[in-house]
Amino acid sequence: MQVEGFAAVLGDDIDTDVIFPARYLAVLKPEDQAKYLFEPLGDAVRQKVLAGGVVIGGWNFGCGSSREHAVTSMIGANVRLVLAKSFSRIFFRNAVNNGLAVVISPEIVSAITEGDKIFADLQVGQASINGKALSFTPLPPEVLTILSAGGLWAAKSAQKNKEVKT
Amino acid sequence: MSQTLTEKIMGRLAGRPVKAGDMVEIGPDWTFALDDGIGLIDQNFKRYGVKKLAHPERIRLFYDHYAPADTPLHALMHKIGRKLFDQFEIPREHLHEVGAGISHQIAVESGLVHPGNMVTNMDSHTITVGAVGAIGCGIGGAEMAYLWSEGKLWFRVPESIKIELTGRMPAGVAAKDIVLSILRSISARGAIYAAIEYHGEAIAHMSIPERMTLCNMGIEMGAKFAVVPGDAVTQAHFDRLNIKIAEMPQPDVDAQYVSHHKVDLSILEPLVSAPNKVDNVHPVGNFSFVRINQAFIGTCTNGRFEDFEIAASILKGKKIASDVRLVVTPASRQVYMQALTSGVLEILVNAGASVTTPGCGACAGMHQGVLAEGEVCISSSSRNFLGRMGHRDASVYLGSPATVAASALTGFITDPRTHLA
Repeated sequence: MQVEGFAAVLGDDIDTDVIFPARYLAVLKPEDQAKYLFEPLGDAVRQKVLAGGVVIGGWNFGCGSSREHAVTSMIGANVRLVLAKSFSRIFFRNAVNNGLAVVISPEIVSAITEGDKIFADLQVGQASINGKALSFTPLPPEVLTILSAGGLWAAKSAQKNKEVKT
Repeated sequence: MSQTLTEKIMGRLAGRPVKAGDMVEIGPDWTFALDDGIGLIDQNFKRYGVKKLAHPERIRLFYDHYAPADTPLHALMHKIGRKLFDQFEIPREHLHEVGAGISHQIAVESGLVHPGNMVTNMDSHTITVGAVGAIGCGIGGAEMAYLWSEGKLWFRVPESIKIELTGRMPAGVAAKDIVLSILRSISARGAIYAAIEYHGEAIAHMSIPERMTLCNMGIEMGAKFAVVPGDAVTQAHFDRLNIKIAEMPQPDVDAQYVSHHKVDLSILEPLVSAPNKVDNVHPVGNFSFVRINQAFIGTCTNGRFEDFEIAASILKGKKIASDVRLVVTPASRQVYMQALTSGVLEILVNAGASVTTPGCGACAGMHQGVLAEGEVCISSSSRNFLGRMGHRDASVYLGSPATVAASALTGFITDPRTHLA
């Protein structure tokens, strides 16, 4: 799974209430959810995320609620990757199970500045910042299989197809 | 092999001994959903053609976030849930309708969740069930739909953190202040991916409602689970309900913990978490200059009878400040009835409180007490994130129910110890 884009740098402890406010939880389609992504953080933040497609978080990215919308609204807004120093466990699970690429690397995050061109290959654990290569520890294979298939349900269909062929 | 309580519970579900770091595919004992998530389950079922549920008996649906519905879209979510229950022939008594209350509160007070159970729910505060020796965690919509359909889901067995409580709380200090003090010392990321196990001699003196508050805010430290291993207090809770439970699983004495913290309750004071980070915790006295517009007592953190009782002891025969709104939201119908019949609600209403339908109420900024630009709320809830309770330029301070009640009285954030009867 390879992803690229330009860095939109946020900070530490970015919570699910600022990612996707609870009053829009009944909005179910990712493309509709995208309209409310980062609404509390204001238009400038929204615009840089939409333009760059790569969200850079600090420690504890996605803390708070279990709302999957925090992840799927990003997918709807064409965010390809969230790279953070650490993730809250629920956001991390939701990302994996809905097929949003996530990379955990305090070192890489510290080296990134606003607008940098970012590339990441999740299987091999390689990233680049403006062409400069850096490595990270890939996610566990069980998790990576689900993520790269496009999420939990997609991974199930892929597994079924494989069983039919063999 | 010595094991933590979490390793024992997840090992039972996996059918083999497990240790922290293991990946398991398991079917938790309970798979709950709520009105704010049922639409996602329905959407996934339609998209992937789900016709049959693996374990309907593990399913409960709670209408707590939109109760009663405040918009046509939220009313539609309730309608979708009822239709889904009919379609899959799930008994209607497993759908906890508008007015029943918050899922975690019902799960504990009714004795639905037993010691040693694992609960998953589309809500991060599911961790609250740790109060009865169970482990609970929040998951997303695609995952819950998958779990309802397939019966199993991947989980990582977490490392555990041991938190030992000793001593007795001074008057005016509450379980909320204990958990805020832990947040202050280990931070909002201090327990990330981990399970908190509460130990220590002080635990034996803490009630189930107090334990619920302790476990509830474990998620605010990043924890996957927070649990008080079952003991005599837990047993008495089920005895009172006339519910027979199996043996309560215990962690091994030589279980491995990644860290160990000690909290001396006797030196604690009332604390407040200031905007916009839950771990921005300071003594209540630091905020005596902060004027409030709203005071909110409710939620899965502190919306129980004991919380309203302490508030009533402070507000009895008095009136709240004229420019303050006091919003009171019982966590469940049972809490509501107890507060009603005991006269606690009468005291609160006489003091100037507005009482709303049992449920999550104003906590998530959707209804029943939303804040305007520039307004300040002191709340007994668990989160003060930017925009959480309404406008992005509103501020939320978190404190114990006693602190909220004392603040409602004066119109400023107030130390409850100065108003105790």
